[in-house]
Amino acid sequence: MSDTAIDRSRLTVSDEVAIQILGMNKWYGAFHVLRDINLTINKGERIVVCGPSGSGKSTLIRCINRLEEHQSGKIIVDGIELTNDLKHIDQVRSEVGMVFQHFNLFPHLTILENCTLAPIWVRKVPRKEAVETAMYYLEKVKIPEQANKYPGQLSGGQQQRVAIARSLCMRPNIMLFDEPTSALDPEMIKEVLDTMIQLAEEGMTMICVTHEMGFARQVANRVIFMDQGQVVEQNEPEAFFNNPRSDRTKLFLSQILGH
Amino acid sequence: MSGTHAHSAAFVRDAMLPQEPPPATSVGALGWLRQNLFSSWLNAILTVLSLALIGYVLAAILPWIFQSSWSAGSLAECRDQIKAAYGSEASGACWAVIRERWLQLIFGFYPSELYWRPILGFALALAGMAPVLFTGLPRKMLYLSLAAPFVVPWLLWGGTVWLPVSVALGFVLGYAAQRIVAPLAGGLLGAVVAGLLPVLWWFLLAGPFATLLHQIGPLGIEPVSSRNFGGFMLSITIGLTAIALSLPIGVLLALGRQSDLFILRAICVGFIELIRGVPLITLLFVASLLLNYFMPPGTNFDIILRVIIMVTLFASAYMAEVIRGGLAALPKGQYEAADALGLDYWKAQRLVVMPQALKISIPGIVSTFIGVFKDTTLVSIIGLLDPVGFSNSIRADVNWNGIVWELYGFIALMFFVFCFSMSRYSMYLERKLRTEHR
Repeated sequence: MSDTAIDRSRLTVSDEVAIQILGMNKWYGAFHVLRDINLTINKGERIVVCGPSGSGKSTLIRCINRLEEHQSGKIIVDGIELTNDLKHIDQVRSEVGMVFQHFNLFPHLTILENCTLAPIWVRKVPRKEAVETAMYYLEKVKIPEQANKYPGQLSGGQQQRVAIARSLCMRPNIMLFDEPTSALDPEMIKEVLDTMIQLAEEGMTMICVTHEMGFARQVANRVIFMDQGQVVEQNEPEAFFNNPRSDRTKLFLSQILGH
Repeated sequence: MSGTHAHSAAFVRDAMLPQEPPPATSVGALGWLRQNLFSSWLNAILTVLSLALIGYVLAAILPWIFQSSWSAGSLAECRDQIKAAYGSEASGACWAVIRERWLQLIFGFYPSELYWRPILGFALALAGMAPVLFTGLPRKMLYLSLAAPFVVPWLLWGGTVWLPVSVALGFVLGYAAQRIVAPLAGGLLGAVVAGLLPVLWWFLLAGPFATLLHQIGPLGIEPVSSRNFGGFMLSITIGLTAIALSLPIGVLLALGRQSDLFILRAICVGFIELIRGVPLITLLFVASLLLNYFMPPGTNFDIILRVIIMVTLFASAYMAEVIRGGLAALPKGQYEAADALGLDYWKAQRLVVMPQALKISIPGIVSTFIGVFKDTTLVSIIGLLDPVGFSNSIRADVNWNGIVWELYGFIALMFFVFCFSMSRYSMYLERKLRTEHR
């Protein structure tokens, strides 16, 4: 949980739609993981997705950059519909950044090379410019001095901040966070959350699967609660935490906030 | 438990302990001896017994190696010399046979006035390999690596200079086809055309094209027939080619085996399982005997080329499985991270997946390389004069009839030098590529 002060008035949401999900369904084999998901996310929104494990929240955000394929319904990201068309998929992926629970940095490359790889090979940015961008974002996540080390030499919190910087180097419009702090020691969670708060203040559209309810209260403009592959409840954080409406939500909140 | 008292659980440390040196018995030469040789009574006894055994074996072998004869014309002469020098009971090695025949063990029946060609060729091959093996060398040397595959065979077999040029043209053709077709008709079709066109060129047109050029501008060196190839030159020619080709083919097969395209996957699995399920010696017999039945009458498909193809296919199948092991060891998150960054399949493979999978597979890859190199001795069974095949013909000589250990010892030593260098190189590479906890 982070205690960094945040000025909510600086967080603005635009009227433009960033992501639209219409009647989306997904199955793993015969198992119906996502059921009739309808969601519209505007530019600048900070969405926190929570719910018990196995509720499909990770699968949902992984569908947004097509790490998982949906079988029916529509997903439109930045005006591009995700279909089997590889060109569209690559286009969406280069505009949507993703941060994973286990960082997934490339261990054979230095921190700097991790950050410059995609800009150089996907965006065709000249190497020098890519390095400058990478150093800019590494400074932003406060670890420029580690640029020439390898991921294996960094702590978990540092690795996750590098992973965020790596995504930002592609200058994405949308950032997806898949339980970014779940694999971290308590001492390191704060440094990652601070980085994410900073991003939110700069107006990044963020969708974050997390159990950090303090972060949700502070940063999110909408909290989505999922259970059994469905959106059970969504609301502004204050209302969500103070007056949960469904029984399932009440039970979930009592269990995670109870201790 | 210093500083705590039995009667109270509360404890506060008021001074942190400074770092102290380890005890003298656990560091330095003494520590090493203790840890590695005399860590317990049982280990101490085993150490002494092992040393005694090693001493006993050396005491038997060393005199044989050094009570030897280096200049004699026959085995009988050797024995007389040793008896005269070390007493009638002495037995020693007859190294004279190596001294007399070492050039043949290395070059086979290659014309001796042309020895400079294989020597130059292998020097060039080494120079071409160096920048690939050691990334610290100047990158300009990579031009040598590109030229070597065409120049070295030409130096070895001789003939018109236009043949390697014509073969190289096949690659240019494939590259051009890929550049032209891929943007027009998609990557997959581009890859297929780029793969097929050079093969058609090599089989149908490259030969006549080279002959035509030779008639226009005759330029070449004296040709040497494959029948004259032999010794380590033959082993290295077959081994090096198979090693160099099996890695890229193995990578493609391993990727094909993991592909989402069903037909491609089935072909790759079928190929790998078929080749792995057949002994190399069978493949070599197919190369030497059966293949000619399938060729149009009158075609002269060089025997060494046929053997190289078979050994390469054999090595590639094993290589594919070794690399598949490396691919399987890679966490799924690596693929996902590459995908999420927008890297397409080939870029993800080249920049993220393969560097890691190959690194994991280094021990297996090098084992396969070593195996392939040693397996080249099997060609002696289909009548090629590799070192083992050649040693048989030396022993058939009246003068050297009955000589065994010296020849095989020399051949074994040569193979050991090559294989041990490969093994050392792989360890160097593993150390260099280790990025954790540096």
